[in-house]
Amino acid sequence: MTAATVLDYDEVIERFDPVLGLEVHVELNTHTKMFCGCPTTFGAEPNTQVCPTCLGLPGSLPVVNRVAVESAMRIGLALNCEIAPWCRFARKNYFYPDMPKNFQTSQYDEPIAFNGSLDVTLEDGTVVTVAIERAHMEEDTGKSLHVGGATGRIHGADHSLLDYNRAGVPLIEIVTKPIEGMGERAPEVARAYVSTLRDLLRALDVSDVRMDQGSLRCDANVSLMSKGATEFGTRTETKNVNSLRSVERAVRYEMTRQAAILVEGGSILQETRHFQEATGTTSAGRRKETSEDYRYFPEPDLVPIAPPAEWVEQLRATLPEMPSERRKRIQADWQLTDLELRDLVNAGAVDLVAATVDAGASPAEARAWWVSYLSQEANSRGLELAALPITPPQVARVSALVAEGKLTNKLAREVIDGVLAGEGEPDEVVEKRGLAVVSDDSALYAAIDEALAAQPDVADKIRGGKVAAAGAIVGAVMKTTKGQADAKRVRELILERCT
Amino acid sequence: MSDLTRLTAAELADKIQKKDVSAVEVAQAHLDRIAAVDKTVNAFLYVDTERALSAARAVDEDVAAGREPASPLAGVPLALKDVFVMEGAPTTCGSKILEGWSPPYDATVTRKLLEAGVVILGKTNMDEFAMGSSTENSAFGPSRNPWDLDRIPGGSGGGSSASLAAFEAPLAIGTDTGGSIRQPGSVTGTVGVKPTYGGVSRYGLVAFSSSLDQGGPCARTVLDAALLHEVIGGHDPLDSTSIDAPVPPVVAAARDGARGDLSGMRIGIVTEFQGDGYQAGVTAAFVQAVETLKGLGAEVVEVSCPHFDYALPAYYLIAPSEASSNLARFDAMRYGLRTGDDSANSAEQVMALTREAGFGAEVKRRIMIGTYALSSGYYDAYYGQAQKVRTLITQDFEKAFESVDVLISPTTPTTAFRIGERADDPMAMYLADLCTIPANLAGTPAMSVPAGLSDEDGLPVGLQVMAPALAEPRMYKVAAAFEAARDAASGGALIHRVPELEA
Ligand SMILES: [Zn+2]
Repeated sequence: MTAATVLDYDEVIERFDPVLGLEVHVELNTHTKMFCGCPTTFGAEPNTQVCPTCLGLPGSLPVVNRVAVESAMRIGLALNCEIAPWCRFARKNYFYPDMPKNFQTSQYDEPIAFNGSLDVTLEDGTVVTVAIERAHMEEDTGKSLHVGGATGRIHGADHSLLDYNRAGVPLIEIVTKPIEGMGERAPEVARAYVSTLRDLLRALDVSDVRMDQGSLRCDANVSLMSKGATEFGTRTETKNVNSLRSVERAVRYEMTRQAAILVEGGSILQETRHFQEATGTTSAGRRKETSEDYRYFPEPDLVPIAPPAEWVEQLRATLPEMPSERRKRIQADWQLTDLELRDLVNAGAVDLVAATVDAGASPAEARAWWVSYLSQEANSRGLELAALPITPPQVARVSALVAEGKLTNKLAREVIDGVLAGEGEPDEVVEKRGLAVVSDDSALYAAIDEALAAQPDVADKIRGGKVAAAGAIVGAVMKTTKGQADAKRVRELILERCT
Repeated sequence: MSDLTRLTAAELADKIQKKDVSAVEVAQAHLDRIAAVDKTVNAFLYVDTERALSAARAVDEDVAAGREPASPLAGVPLALKDVFVMEGAPTTCGSKILEGWSPPYDATVTRKLLEAGVVILGKTNMDEFAMGSSTENSAFGPSRNPWDLDRIPGGSGGGSSASLAAFEAPLAIGTDTGGSIRQPGSVTGTVGVKPTYGGVSRYGLVAFSSSLDQGGPCARTVLDAALLHEVIGGHDPLDSTSIDAPVPPVVAAARDGARGDLSGMRIGIVTEFQGDGYQAGVTAAFVQAVETLKGLGAEVVEVSCPHFDYALPAYYLIAPSEASSNLARFDAMRYGLRTGDDSANSAEQVMALTREAGFGAEVKRRIMIGTYALSSGYYDAYYGQAQKVRTLITQDFEKAFESVDVLISPTTPTTAFRIGERADDPMAMYLADLCTIPANLAGTPAMSVPAGLSDEDGLPVGLQVMAPALAEPRMYKVAAAFEAARDAASGGALIHRVPELEA
């Protein structure tokens, strides 16, 4: 396969307006599946979390998970949606080996939540309101593992293994209305939308929102229309977009790929494409001869859901502080400038810093650790900040040790490095690496006396009142103590010695 | 033939509790009868001698220990339609596609029967996935009507009805999607009841048409059907469409009806279900039944239900639509038949080859009709319109029940037809369910009770009694009163006039 031609991004923007549509699937963190009592633990042995219902055995029937319905409504409310006073499930019929019933129980024209919006703040502080079309409930499919082929895809595989543990896990699909008029910022908007949505879902505590584990999945619909056109172009749907960065890259790539075709007078094929993480490109999925007809009809095995208004209001009352409001509050509480707040948000550090403050650190200290030192560390490891192997309480403990004078800033960084290296809790790292500040004055006096004796001229200057000369002695003492002394204290002792 | 197989379920249960006879003897008598006649009748697809006897022994132990019986039917044998799952017993639904499948769980109906001390003898034959009115669509050959072995025992639950008429079992379980309990009851001279939709759990009932399927009791007497109804009915949290209300008191209603007084009861004859297309003997038996009901003190009037004429076409859109989706799961991936599984074929090809080989012609026909009716561009014209008709039929019932307590009609327009007679004519076959379908579409209860024998062929005719949702007691009362009067008039239960089968 030859690589597709792409058009230079600036030229894309000059000639076309991109239109986005984002479909986000969220796996809920309910203890049990959508329609049966099976557990939903991630990573269990294949086919150990199954029963007649989620295996689709003949005669089995679904029963709706009430908690999942509540989560769906809370998500809808948090997205400013209307909650349907009456809605139904529908069957989406298509054959696929990892779908036990060969239909997915989903919602079609009667979603539980619809007509909402989400405010998304871009890196420079611009706020974009993304309109939400709907949020509906459905069940996840199982997973196929294709063995023997080169690509891991079904084509060319010797055989396939099926794991139904994921089959029936509750999903909420959140669909935006077309996002227009973003111009060159479209890829950034896509990323920021998913990021904001993720923060919101995390605040609601309805999902693990782990893109790397598939508990939050994004399909990006992208189309282009020529400048000044009023009708949308043909769109493609890109799947397999497994990180925030990939969302941005996938949208950007599709824009440049489609533009290259359009400027050559070609037409865009309406198709599903797969994002390739390694190359940052998208490739065509299996092409279908005819468009899929899912033959939706109302699910006869379930009764309609008609949430009474009181129930909806009860759920509304359980909504946590929304991330955007929280940011405003944090900015005020911690007295941050707009820029500082933006850095904090862009680093994905709001929750981490807040948790570190909750664990006893000062906002300034907590921010310094996460936004500068640990962010760099995360970048160099290619991880998201939250994925670093260090917790807010651990950072708070290091911060406390510094405040107590037991660690210098330099030593503190070494302790953080130790924790990241898996050497244990901060106190253990201090112990193992012998990093405690030398606070034994007699040991310091010995080192000072030694340094004064070695540099008698400097000693004389100090004694003569040239206090600034003490720096040289401090340096020498720090050297002897391998940096584990508190420089301020050393200075005090030197001056005391020389008077 | 052992006398034990001629007794009613109520009589057997009573004798077992009084230690006149043991449950094991009762079970053995029926197993012997099956061994003697089922080669001819072909009512059973599977007989579980060991489990039946073991269940009977448990009942005998309860009796010996003086424990309260698990239910009023403890120790009574029963034939279970092969559409309900029972752990470890093969379930085929009359289809090759479920070949080799042994369910890992019990249907709620199965569990309730076992807990009630009912002795399940085995699984009965049926039209494939309950699609048919004769059992000719079974992959395992048709069952035969004990009244005339060349004729069909009705369907889809022909195995269950034949087992009752052949005295292989005093009780059976059926499912009724468009008449599959009532029409077999009618043509075999037995009693068949379709409860209110949601009255009996569908958990473990292999779905044909989810919004229409309803399990129910089959028996030789109205009281036996009522006793069984109370055992299997009731709310089930595993079935979201199950009604959250107590089982209506049908046993009391049947006992009340048997006293023979229907004064104050208003009965409506459905105008649309008579006239052309009804066999003369069926009409005659129905007219006689009306006279009997009047004689019991009931006031009988005619009631028009104009939309009932559209029930059949609406049914043949809704049921196949749901079936096309329900039957999609039979794809060779997880259980049952697998055809063409060699390295040359993809999973999709294996699915297609298996479905080609595993499903019979009628099932394929309905999957195609249903797939078409649900297709985009056709949905509104077919499935959507059919749902509107469904609403109109429900309104016809509601309106009718404003003026009468129950509605009556012949259960089916003809007596049992000959095996093969309608096999190549689906429309003629579909007409067998003409009178039974409205109750399925409306979700209301209805039952068939033997009305008499047709003059021209000496075969049984059924009287259908229909009631409003959850008003089963009225229906049982009328049926029991009629049964008692008719038996008295003809010198005994109709079923005892079934010809003796050659063992
Ligand atoms: Zn399950």
